[in-house]
Amino acid sequence: MATAAATRGGRSAVRRDRPAAGRGRRALTWVLLFVAVLVVWEGLKFLGGTPWRAPGAVPGSGSPVLWNPPFRWPFVNDLNLPHVWNIGLAFLDPWQRGADRNVAQFLFDAALYTWKEAALGFLLGAGIGLVLATVFVHSRLLERALVPYVVASQTVPIIAIAPLITYAFGGSTAAVVVIATYLTFFPVTIAMIVGLRSFDPRALELTRSYAASRWDVYRKLRFPASLPYLFTALKIAATASIVGAIIGEGPGGISDGLGRVIITYNQYYITGPEKLWAAIIASGILGVAFFLLVRAAEVAVLRRRPGAAEG
Amino acid sequence: MTAPLTAQAPAGPVVRIAGVNKTFSRGDQVVTKALEGIDLEVARGEFISLIGPSGCGKSTLLRIVGDLTSPSSGTVLVNGKPAERARLDRDYGMVFQSPVLFDWRTVEENVKLPLEILGQDAPTRTARAREMLELVELGDFLKHHPYQLSGGMQQRVAIARALAFQPSILLMDEPFGALDEMTRERMNSEVLRIWEQTGTTILFVTHSIPEAVFLSSRVVVMSARPGRITNVIDIDLPRPRNEDTRETRRYFELVTAVREALRAGGGSLDDAGTIDGGASLERTMAEGAVG
Repeated sequence: MATAAATRGGRSAVRRDRPAAGRGRRALTWVLLFVAVLVVWEGLKFLGGTPWRAPGAVPGSGSPVLWNPPFRWPFVNDLNLPHVWNIGLAFLDPWQRGADRNVAQFLFDAALYTWKEAALGFLLGAGIGLVLATVFVHSRLLERALVPYVVASQTVPIIAIAPLITYAFGGSTAAVVVIATYLTFFPVTIAMIVGLRSFDPRALELTRSYAASRWDVYRKLRFPASLPYLFTALKIAATASIVGAIIGEGPGGISDGLGRVIITYNQYYITGPEKLWAAIIASGILGVAFFLLVRAAEVAVLRRRPGAAEG
Repeated sequence: MTAPLTAQAPAGPVVRIAGVNKTFSRGDQVVTKALEGIDLEVARGEFISLIGPSGCGKSTLLRIVGDLTSPSSGTVLVNGKPAERARLDRDYGMVFQSPVLFDWRTVEENVKLPLEILGQDAPTRTARAREMLELVELGDFLKHHPYQLSGGMQQRVAIARALAFQPSILLMDEPFGALDEMTRERMNSEVLRIWEQTGTTILFVTHSIPEAVFLSSRVVVMSARPGRITNVIDIDLPRPRNEDTRETRRYFELVTAVREALRAGGGSLDDAGTIDGGASLERTMAEGAVG
């Protein structure tokens, strides 16, 4: 965008470029940090972990000890902190004994399933949040009366509410969507109460001089002015909806999503902690992917505004 | 420019202000007498400047005419109608000290804003917006965004936007107050040219004596606490006026006359510490919120 714009008419005073060099440096920083985490992880195991054996070796199988760490720190033993290569290899294991598909394929399908539930909850929650905020900025009375309940709704732990919702919706995916919605509407509501008031107050005098209706003021001024707030909230809501969906799948007994996978691998943790780690990584990747999707939409929508390239 | 730029309106004064008072109260207590006994008539096609020290209520008076605030007593008729009716009929174009452009809209889209609210169709909006931007000599900047323009250019966009729906009266509240002196003089010539081309009636609030004299057909001099009209000075400088007008003897005489009228009214233009009724307070708050 930036290069195309810069070639058109040399007159404009301000151009916001993010040169490729800067993007490359960001990627490099990210890779270096990732490597640093791995180095610390394995460094701790090198000093105080379980005796090292060949990658993929089953404990107690008699495979030779390659390195015997000088210390024994419980928190970095193979049960609590498996070797990163063993976690990597776990993705290639069959997802359960005798299964055709490996853990990676299994997790991919589960993540996609969970994402669909989360995305539905995300859309519903965003819609509800937008409607609530719109009502609140037009009625101080309703705002004062209802916002405390909106806040209170989020102070109750979701694991206390999830079973209730599951009972109400009979353990279907609908319950999971509702839980994702429940976690999503809050950031959108709170951010948009501010966002829909974030316009330049002098612009209200301008629209008054046009005898503009409330609806005109909303769609021409309030809503466009609130978009940076909306996207900030949606980025929070995207990750929250994933968490909501994963948690909701537990009591709902939904067997196709990441929540069930996490519970299952939790039960088999003693024999194969790597698989739980693989599921945790998959959950993390799903959250980041959804976040980046919203971020991409934000860049596309706000690219023409000052400062839009940041964040 | 062949087509008339302003809507045809009935004969008679565009603005008739009679016995207007404005007080600001806190509780039962009157805090400020912003305006007292204001009478003023503005004929069609006039260029009237309101000038006076801070606190004389000139911005408040403009806002009363534009129905952005209401008088405590007295009447304001615009095109023979109450100010509110005139506002609902879209008789006003407003230009504020800050341009108040929407960052997310291009220059062209900003000028189209009032036309969208008026419900005009897209081809009309486009044609009209481009015509207005040609008028303020920003035809090459249609697709730019406000933050890509200088302060003077932004204010010209605001003027184009105010003229876009052919209001019968243009209310300008210190539109060039935030600009440097050179830009300001250039904008003065610009607004004069636009006024001559469009025939719009203009009510113009300013702190600047040279600006008031250069632009106006009449200068209304006000005094502070309470805000009153102390003098109305006819500016008989020949038209068309241009940069040379600023160097004529008559121009200097009139500048002196306005300055003496201000001094006689007890005002000092450097009296910046006072609050200009509620209007300036609101403006300060508004500007503070934007930064």
